[in-house]
Amino acid sequence: MHATTSRRGRRTVAAVAGSAVLALFASACTGSSESGGNDDSASGKDVTITFWHGWSQDNEVKAINDTIAAFEKAHPNIHVKPVGNVADDKVNQALRAGGDDAPDVVSSFTTNNVGMFCSTKAFIDLKPLLQKSGIDAARTFPAAMLNYTQFQGNQCSLPLLGDAYGLYYNKKAFAAAGITAPPKTFGEFADDARKLTVADGDSYKQLGFMPLYHGYESTTEHFLGQYGATYFGADGKSNIATDPKVAAMLSWQKGLVDQLGGYAKLDKYRATFGEEFSAKNPFQTGQVAMAIDGEWRTASLADNKPDFDWATAPFPVPDDQAAAYGRGYQTGTIVGIASTSKKQAAAWEFVKFLTTDTDAVVNFANAIHNVPSTFDALNSPKLVSDPNFKTFLDVAKNPNSGTTPASVNGGGYIVSLQNLGYDVESGKQPDVQAGLAATARQIDTDIAQAK
Amino acid sequence: MSLAFGTRKGPGTGATDPAAPSTQHLLRRKRRREAARTLAFLSPWLIGFGVFFVYPLVSTAYFSFTQYNGFGSPTFNGLKNWNYVLDELPTFWQGLRNTVWLVLVMVTLRVAFGLGIGLLITRVKTGAGFFRTVFYLPYLAPPVAATVAFAFLLNPGTGPLNHLLGELGLPQPGWFADPNWSKPALTLLAMWGIGDLMVIFMASLLDVPKEQYEAAELDGAGPFQRFRYVTLPNVSPIIMFAVVTGVIQTMQYYTQAIVAGKVASGIAGNSGQQFEPGFPQGSTWTLPQMVYNLGFQRFNYGAACVVALVLFAISMAVTSILLRRRSGFMSSDD
Repeated sequence: MHATTSRRGRRTVAAVAGSAVLALFASACTGSSESGGNDDSASGKDVTITFWHGWSQDNEVKAINDTIAAFEKAHPNIHVKPVGNVADDKVNQALRAGGDDAPDVVSSFTTNNVGMFCSTKAFIDLKPLLQKSGIDAARTFPAAMLNYTQFQGNQCSLPLLGDAYGLYYNKKAFAAAGITAPPKTFGEFADDARKLTVADGDSYKQLGFMPLYHGYESTTEHFLGQYGATYFGADGKSNIATDPKVAAMLSWQKGLVDQLGGYAKLDKYRATFGEEFSAKNPFQTGQVAMAIDGEWRTASLADNKPDFDWATAPFPVPDDQAAAYGRGYQTGTIVGIASTSKKQAAAWEFVKFLTTDTDAVVNFANAIHNVPSTFDALNSPKLVSDPNFKTFLDVAKNPNSGTTPASVNGGGYIVSLQNLGYDVESGKQPDVQAGLAATARQIDTDIAQAK
Repeated sequence: MSLAFGTRKGPGTGATDPAAPSTQHLLRRKRRREAARTLAFLSPWLIGFGVFFVYPLVSTAYFSFTQYNGFGSPTFNGLKNWNYVLDELPTFWQGLRNTVWLVLVMVTLRVAFGLGIGLLITRVKTGAGFFRTVFYLPYLAPPVAATVAFAFLLNPGTGPLNHLLGELGLPQPGWFADPNWSKPALTLLAMWGIGDLMVIFMASLLDVPKEQYEAAELDGAGPFQRFRYVTLPNVSPIIMFAVVTGVIQTMQYYTQAIVAGKVASGIAGNSGQQFEPGFPQGSTWTLPQMVYNLGFQRFNYGAACVVALVLFAISMAVTSILLRRRSGFMSSDD
């Protein structure tokens, strides 16, 4: 009886475990089909294209719908069916499967998948279409934005508004500490951060700056944007161990952590922070006097009206790169055309309008408070801006601004570097160079495996 | 009886009976019909087993030997994925260690706590319904909501628990923000949602014959001996059930670990940010998270399938061992 029961038990367990495996891997795989470039839309035939995007908030949905309406007015025979609030997982499934319900045009909030979209040809290369339309990409889009929308020469996506990062500072705290201007170099920045720090027992009443990598936007890639790191060499292999800028950044951040009280004390203080995207953001509550953040914070600060004056400036740069002051990290939303689309001519007209029509880009940027993604839009008089927002427009225009390049395995290499950063800041990895060498090896192994 | 069994003339033995071949034929037809009927009754299960178990398992095994990123066609790459996961990916072993820790500690404590609460509630004379409800309700909380609530309660800087510990002059752990405390914090969360096991144990405990306790008492058995020699043998099949299902569930531990890490890390994962699963310092990184990360974030389906197969093999091995050793846990008449 025991043996029978055991067999039954094993079968039950096998079924349960098998279901678990299924739940993890039930995704079917089908190859992507070839493109369908000629949809007769150019000859005036009515064509309806499907556009998947991730915007979900009322003002965002209204803004994108207004942009679509402007496009349809300019192209009466092309109709756009928008599908909002679509996550990247669903996008990937749809691009794999194709079919009538699959999107023709897709936008994504993350640049992580660009390497995969380009290398697998899930998105078509837009370079021939740009050339055919007489658009010089280098003269149209800022360099960093062009960089994160292509992979190894394949321009399979284009920027659709962007995010730029800069310094936010509390003017009231600056005045109290006797600081008259925002810092421009890391040396000045460290001095100011110390002056702005007000102790409260074994914690802080006010911290000058939260340097920990979990301090919201204080990430390795955002700091490296100030150094101009490139992440990969010409051979496509990780250069973080050979590029001295990366080691310099890790050491600079660790030094700042130690100067401001050490990892344990800072991490405990970090745990008291409210939600990043809420009125409890530590900069808005006055818990930190300076922060690195994106342009979107200008809108939330204007809405939440903290009880102090604030201003923005480019984030400081390393002392030995003072001439590069004004640069910053950039990222943003991307848009591309599915290779499974049978209506690529109409889809291109739509993508071209979304990404290069100056009025469309400016109106959309004004509506959702993002940075425009073309030079013409960045310089447009119609762009609503004030001195605080202008900081981010200037960062976007700065040719020295940087980004994180696309990779075949998404943001895996950034996570590997970030993990090293956590080990360095906490003291778990005291040898920065050895840590970088091991991380570079791991990044190369991961990418080789994914190819 | 044995004589009659061995010597009687009947179907299948009567070679000289002229009617025998047709009887044999009829019998075979009857057996075939019975087999077909049995198969028909089993078919829903067989179809489900084939579609939901055999096909995914075979597919997973196949993909583990291929290079596949979800687009195009998979290409055979031999043992490359296996070598990568087992030899070149240190986070695999970190995930395995964390998963094994959770299986050993979380399952053990959940079963012990569930049995303990069940024992206490079956002994409560008044207000049993109230306590049953109080202990069962947390089980109904959605895992994400429960984890977020725990992350706030256990926030090392602002959480009420640490505030209370501070008032009492006790150490204030970092909980989800401290690599040494993150797994114990997840275990606390799992024990809080003990309602499922409590109900099962209560039903089992209430089913123990009272006469056995009375007989044990007459023989001079104390409370511990009554538990050891009466209660435990009676509830051992339920303990085995709780352990086996607990092991399988914990091998698939995903939601609570990733939500706790995300809330405690403060990384919202917006544009320009990379969320690092396993916060802090990989201490909550489990193999199911790795399957998702490799497959759907790094587009390496082959390697993800290897991790899934390893998980499956461990689940099967642990369960088989438990079931084989089951007799040691079971009452003698089971």
